[in-house]
Amino acid sequence: MANLKTVSKKSKAQSMGMHTEVLTGRTQQKFFNPDEAENFYYFGTYDVDFNKRTDLDVKDMTAPEANKEIDNLMSQGYGTIVIKNPQGKHSLGVGILNKLNLIFEGSLGYFGMGSCDGPIVRINGRVGWSCAENLMAGKVVIEKNAGSCFGAAIRGGDLICKGSVGARTGIDMKGGTIIIGGDAGAFTGFMMQRGRIIILGDVGINLGDSMYDGTIFVGGEIGSYGSDAVDAELTSSDQDWLKRKLRVAEIGENFDVSKMKKIVAGKKLWNYDNLEPTEKKGAI
Amino acid sequence: MCGIAGLIHRGKSSNVGSELQGMLQALKHRGEDSTGYALYGDTDGKNFIMRFKVGENVGEGSSSVMEDVSVYDDRKKIVDQTLAEMGAKVVKEERTLPYSLRYELDYNVKDLLEFSQRIESIHGVEILSMGKSLEVIKDLGNAKMVCDRYSLDKVVGTHAIGHARMATESGVDIKSAHPFWGYPFSDVSVVHNGQLTNYWNNRRVLENKGMRFMSECDSELIAVYIAEKMRDGATLEEGMKASLTGLDGVFTYFVATKDSLGMAKDTMAAKPLVLYESDDLVAMGSEEIAIRSVLPQEIDTYDPFDGEVKVWQI
Repeated sequence: MANLKTVSKKSKAQSMGMHTEVLTGRTQQKFFNPDEAENFYYFGTYDVDFNKRTDLDVKDMTAPEANKEIDNLMSQGYGTIVIKNPQGKHSLGVGILNKLNLIFEGSLGYFGMGSCDGPIVRINGRVGWSCAENLMAGKVVIEKNAGSCFGAAIRGGDLICKGSVGARTGIDMKGGTIIIGGDAGAFTGFMMQRGRIIILGDVGINLGDSMYDGTIFVGGEIGSYGSDAVDAELTSSDQDWLKRKLRVAEIGENFDVSKMKKIVAGKKLWNYDNLEPTEKKGAI
Repeated sequence: MCGIAGLIHRGKSSNVGSELQGMLQALKHRGEDSTGYALYGDTDGKNFIMRFKVGENVGEGSSSVMEDVSVYDDRKKIVDQTLAEMGAKVVKEERTLPYSLRYELDYNVKDLLEFSQRIESIHGVEILSMGKSLEVIKDLGNAKMVCDRYSLDKVVGTHAIGHARMATESGVDIKSAHPFWGYPFSDVSVVHNGQLTNYWNNRRVLENKGMRFMSECDSELIAVYIAEKMRDGATLEEGMKASLTGLDGVFTYFVATKDSLGMAKDTMAAKPLVLYESDDLVAMGSEEIAIRSVLPQEIDTYDPFDGEVKVWQI
């Protein structure tokens, strides 16, 4: 790495109108090495046994208390945890960076399962706004309906709602797959950058508004297209993928995917320079 | 950020005061500058119930100007005198707090416009609600504090709407608190969560048409807007549907009348609402935990979509 402190203020980058500040401090870079895979783990994660199962009644707990208890149970090696009486509480199950089977016997409020990486979750109820926001990996299945901003900014994993979802589903998503068994509200896929959304039912107005990239599949009617969202050809490989995904998701297995619409970014709103930032760096 | 909640029992009455208190208290983290209740109680329907204030709550956190309490008595005397002049007989009088009063009136008139204008022409006096079933009770503090202060937990009725307020657009005072009475219509009330961006344009137009505003709270516009539509012959549902395009901004609001409860959500669905609907009960709120306070068992709820208007009858 170049020592940024030694870069002249009169560098080409600055003369091009790029950064002008002097960067200080250390640059930390870590690269994944398969040989050292065992040494890579998140702080606060545990070895758990999926066959070790327990129940947790959170009726009289606050969300932080419930989340701490989930963490405590994982530290004891429990790999399957059944949460009783969530009763619509907010922020339950957030920040789990572990492999875990988590089952909620009831509904969650806002921000449930946010910022998770790895757990397999089944929610036998409904979820409020912003369920599974920033999901990195894993699978979250909701048996009933979901509120708005479902799967906001997810980067990976599968997020499945068997009922209908509110507005702005998959807003700003950067990867992963969202599958909706029912209908979806307005602004679905708003500013999505990557990943896929599958909606078996109808979808509201401004679908895929200002999407950068990614793909949306719709089985029902579309209220209206958002800015720069355009139709694309549904290929046979798309159909194969859809069938496989719906089968794994245990949803719409008999759905006729050949009649689905495929929506992608028209890329007319793209406003990038000819050179990407990394390419500019090479040109300096 | 504010919280709204409402419920309607179909075909029966219930302890709506206590139920709404539980719903609003569950939402207190969304704002507890003030809390308001619009309760539709069981009455014989003969007399009007007028809830009014002769001053503001100037307690801790209030943005109102301190007044000598003696002016409250002076204003009350003028109200009593004005009522007598208009032929309205006070059947029952309650003074819960120095600035807050409840009158039951034997008064036989359909048009409340002139009545309201005369009462509110008295300096410092505002009618919070007027109707044969509706009572609007609002004050500073969270739901439990207001409920305890006004002994609302025993109120039995068919439906109710309420509001937990975080003051963002106007002062911390009773006049800016929700619910708003749909002046001058008997038994109409409104609560709102959101921001309206064409408030002043609409206000100028409506004031030119003779409508009255008591605060600078943007939410009051909804009550006045729908009241004006109803004055021109629209039904409640038609007025609410017109508001989806006539009002600009982000909003979810509830409107209640003597025998109905309605909800509307803006075309961007930017404000939350969770709804539970069964044959004998509809309960809704900004968050599911509000509904859970009256229905702790597992239930099916959903978010209404953008631009949706729904009205239920008792």
